[in-house]
Amino acid sequence: MATVAEPNKNLKTGLKYLLLVLVALVFLFPMVFMVVSSLKPDLQLLRDTSSIAAFLPVGDISLDNYFAAFRRAPIGLFVFNSVFVTGLTVIGSLFLCSLAGFAFAFLEFRGKNLVLSIVIATLIVPFETIAVPMLMVVNTLPFVGPNGLQWGWLNTYHVQIVPFLADALTIFLFVQYFRDLPKELIEAARLDGATWFQVYAMVIMPIAGPVIATAAILKFLAMYNQYLWPLMVTQSEQFRPVMVGLQYFFQLNTAWGEVMAYLSLITLPVLAFYLFLQRAFIASIASTGIKG
Amino acid sequence: MAGLEFKGVHKSYGKVDVIKGVDLSIAHGEFVVFVGPSGCGKSTLLRMVAGLEDITAGELTIGERVVNQVQPRDRGVAMVFQSYALYPHMSVYDNVGFGLRLKKTPKDIRDQKIREAARILQMEHLLDRKPAQLSGGQRQRVAIGRAIVRQPEVFLFDEPLSNLDAALRMDMRMEISKLHQELGATMIYVTHDQVEAMTLADKIVVLNAGVVQQVGSPLELYHHPENLFVAGFIGSPKMNFLKVTAEKTDAGLTIAGADLEETTIAASGSQVSTGDRITLGLRPHDFIESADGRLRGVVELVERLGNETIVNVRLAGGTQVIAALDGDSHLEVGHEARFGFAPEKLHLFDADGQTIAR
Repeated sequence: MATVAEPNKNLKTGLKYLLLVLVALVFLFPMVFMVVSSLKPDLQLLRDTSSIAAFLPVGDISLDNYFAAFRRAPIGLFVFNSVFVTGLTVIGSLFLCSLAGFAFAFLEFRGKNLVLSIVIATLIVPFETIAVPMLMVVNTLPFVGPNGLQWGWLNTYHVQIVPFLADALTIFLFVQYFRDLPKELIEAARLDGATWFQVYAMVIMPIAGPVIATAAILKFLAMYNQYLWPLMVTQSEQFRPVMVGLQYFFQLNTAWGEVMAYLSLITLPVLAFYLFLQRAFIASIASTGIKG
Repeated sequence: MAGLEFKGVHKSYGKVDVIKGVDLSIAHGEFVVFVGPSGCGKSTLLRMVAGLEDITAGELTIGERVVNQVQPRDRGVAMVFQSYALYPHMSVYDNVGFGLRLKKTPKDIRDQKIREAARILQMEHLLDRKPAQLSGGQRQRVAIGRAIVRQPEVFLFDEPLSNLDAALRMDMRMEISKLHQELGATMIYVTHDQVEAMTLADKIVVLNAGVVQQVGSPLELYHHPENLFVAGFIGSPKMNFLKVTAEKTDAGLTIAGADLEETTIAASGSQVSTGDRITLGLRPHDFIESADGRLRGVVELVERLGNETIVNVRLAGGTQVIAALDGDSHLEVGHEARFGFAPEKLHLFDADGQTIAR
């Protein structure tokens, strides 16, 4: 029997790997194209698109596009702005949304289910429909900063951060994860003398690694890719993120090589963040062992 | 000194009554077991003591204090959960010391208490491990250790042994019993296993459908059950029940039925009138093989355990009963047999299931 089963198993494994390789290629091709193109002069880049050479670093290869991109736009500032805004939003949103998720999952209060339903219902409202009303709101809000009290939030960092600190998807992720945790864990901590906040900080969050990583990745991507909102609320270069910075490269004559160089550069923080969290994600699953 | 006092304690979820008025006193240092079938409310009652469930009505006192509105952590209770509920990200040492850390106990005292608890439970070598690296029995020890270090006035155990295999369960049962003697604290223990209840308890509280059926020492419940439920629940194998008709005579009470040939027993029978249908209860261990016995039936199953022989018998009236006979009984499947009993071993219950006074 084993002789019959073996080839079957090998065939299955082979097919599985083939499928995985195909999927990996589908995801890798755009990245490879982007990086390879960033090394080529515009003429060659456009000529190569009709052949496999589009994916190969052949011909006139140089870093000229990168130097040109740096000359054209303040890339360092844009990347800093994006990383700063995204980083603060991810940290703030993980904190606030996990607190909200904790409350929805473990605390009893009047109207809990109604409030949670409303929060989840906001998932289906596209951002574009509320962008203009939101703009009008933030335009009249007060803010106390280093320069004292100011009215209107336009052209600031916080206008890009505060509106996105709480979102339905992140709250929902935390609620779902928390609800699946054994209730006795919370009860044991309560009996051990923990306040609700101590239960949250010392018992629940340390075992919430997987959901924290998931929520962080999703939030990071959403924030880093922000385009419409920063475009609406920032008029000066000083506060603009990378996606809005892309405009600098689409002018009378689009320099595709420079665009690709710019895109390659701004993709690096995303890759770094993803790789870092992926490790954390796997480590947290391996170490908690919530079972039993 | 922390005894407990339940006064008319009720619990309902919406319109569903789960605990229907419990009155009970537990003395300091007593080992009390709440026992009953699944869904009888025993765990709910325990959780009410812990403060994990609100008390709908009535009053619960721990020590001198009414605790209805007191937070779980301020009640001086510690609880061991069925699932152990160990914090998966903390080492055994941190798990045991978590409560002390929250109380801001100085580090050296904390360390001393954790090590003392580990010594009592023989788990010193496990202190650096994470719960995932422990076996079921070891996790149970850690859970108990976590309760011990807090030096609570009342220990609560919620079916702590039900996830362990039979051999380990017996070991842990003995350890818990030893622990009770060593610590002298009040312990409340919930189980659906009447063997655990019988072996551990100073006092058993039998619950059914949210109502206390009887409170007493294990032997009291075994020998003098107050009603059919307690009679059937306590004792293994279960008590056998036969429907019979009673007749009052000068000698006492004469009973007979399809399964039982006429038998006269000494009983005042003040609660019984002639012609009443009553229930007769007889424990398996009270069956005696005897040629002139008043119970006749056919053996349907024989289980030889060495020290005793468990026999299933179909009586003349069609009722199936279980008899626990001597280990060397020669009965075989298909044999017709007669069984007698000592009349004083009989239990009689009226139509409402209440014990008839003898």
